[in-house]
Amino acid sequence: MPANDDLQKAQRFREAALPYLDDVYTLARYLLRDASDAEDAVQECYLRALKHFDSYRGPAMKPWLFAILRNVCNAEYARRAHRHSAIDDTPGAAEQTPIWQETEASPETEVLRSRDAGAIRKLIDALAEPFKETFVLREINNLSYREIAEAVGAPVGTVMSRLARARAMLRAAWTADEEQAR
Amino acid sequence: MTCDEARILLHALLDNELDAGHAREVEAHIASCPACAAELSAQRDMQRVLADADLRYTAPASLRARIEASLPQPQPQRQQPSRRSVLRGFAMGSAVSALAASGVVALVLRQDDQQRILSEVVSAHLRSLQAGHLIDVVSTDQHTVKPWFNGKLDVAPPVIDLTAQGFTLVGGRLDYIDARAIGAVVYKRRQHVVNLFVSQTSNAEYRAPKTETMQGFNCRRWGNRGLNFWAVSDLAPDELAEFVDKFEAAMKG
Repeated sequence: MPANDDLQKAQRFREAALPYLDDVYTLARYLLRDASDAEDAVQECYLRALKHFDSYRGPAMKPWLFAILRNVCNAEYARRAHRHSAIDDTPGAAEQTPIWQETEASPETEVLRSRDAGAIRKLIDALAEPFKETFVLREINNLSYREIAEAVGAPVGTVMSRLARARAMLRAAWTADEEQAR
Repeated sequence: MTCDEARILLHALLDNELDAGHAREVEAHIASCPACAAELSAQRDMQRVLADADLRYTAPASLRARIEASLPQPQPQRQQPSRRSVLRGFAMGSAVSALAASGVVALVLRQDDQQRILSEVVSAHLRSLQAGHLIDVVSTDQHTVKPWFNGKLDVAPPVIDLTAQGFTLVGGRLDYIDARAIGAVVYKRRQHVVNLFVSQTSNAEYRAPKTETMQGFNCRRWGNRGLNFWAVSDLAPDELAEFVDKFEAAMKG
């Protein structure tokens, strides 16, 4: 039978961390693009979070959980790399692409048509890391720039430029997609 | 301000992340630069469309249950058996009269419950064979593996080194069967992995080992000393039976 302070700790952890389960799962789905891998990663994330809950000093629970999830996902990437010998995301190449080239082609007046969530998720899924992660944290998980910086361990300036590039790439992919559909 | 700077800062403007001074600078640039103004309006447009779409995912209930089950629980199951563990009591054939009273329905439930747990055990075995999933604590020393389980489970599984008997202890792992955290002790014979899953049960009776086959794996399950055991492997049935015999002999010794 677990000791009493273990139970109290578990209860505090439950109240603090479980309300963010959907947020954590959402990020995992975008990062891993696979429902069952995401479930495994989220479960592992919560196990690790509980283990380190004693040393948690705040400030915000959400970025802290996201930071743990990222570590779990990185291990999963490494496992996939081992299995396939290459990850299909190539951050290096994307990082070198000039930021503005994507938008030059799109007419200024063009208005994006509303799309169903599935189509948009596909476009987001196709974004390269680390841009996708920053984008999802901001646009879907509603983190502030400072919280994103905490979660990903990068300066706020880096977060800002990654977000700008992520949105430029997403918009370019979106308009290209519409043109194809036309 | 240059266009390059504005094209980054306009996002911070959209997200209300700029202080008043910087916001004024960006707005001043945009007022004088049609290209950046168009970009701002395009991005605002996209943000609006994104906000209207439901892009979040909802965690499956089973995941929530698994995480809940992995937290220390205030009520150990032996004090207040849940409906499910009562069903498992039926499954083990201990409550014969109750079974007769509830008739066919209970029989069907019993079958389903057993099959479901068997299939979960085999899935857990399969999952463990994927690279990096087999072992949480790697050790051939039972005195390292055994204490590793302490505090992670209500009851730590027995960990016995069977190297001398031809089954090498390679480590231990936490797994989830029937929405509960349970211990898995991992052995190897040649290149074959044997996962020994151990869970607590309210039934202290001895139940003789029985082999079942699912998805090409052999699973030998038995009960003893208030614990349920499932040994799963792609070993041939006779070798798996040998493993169980050796394990039980070592437990007695």
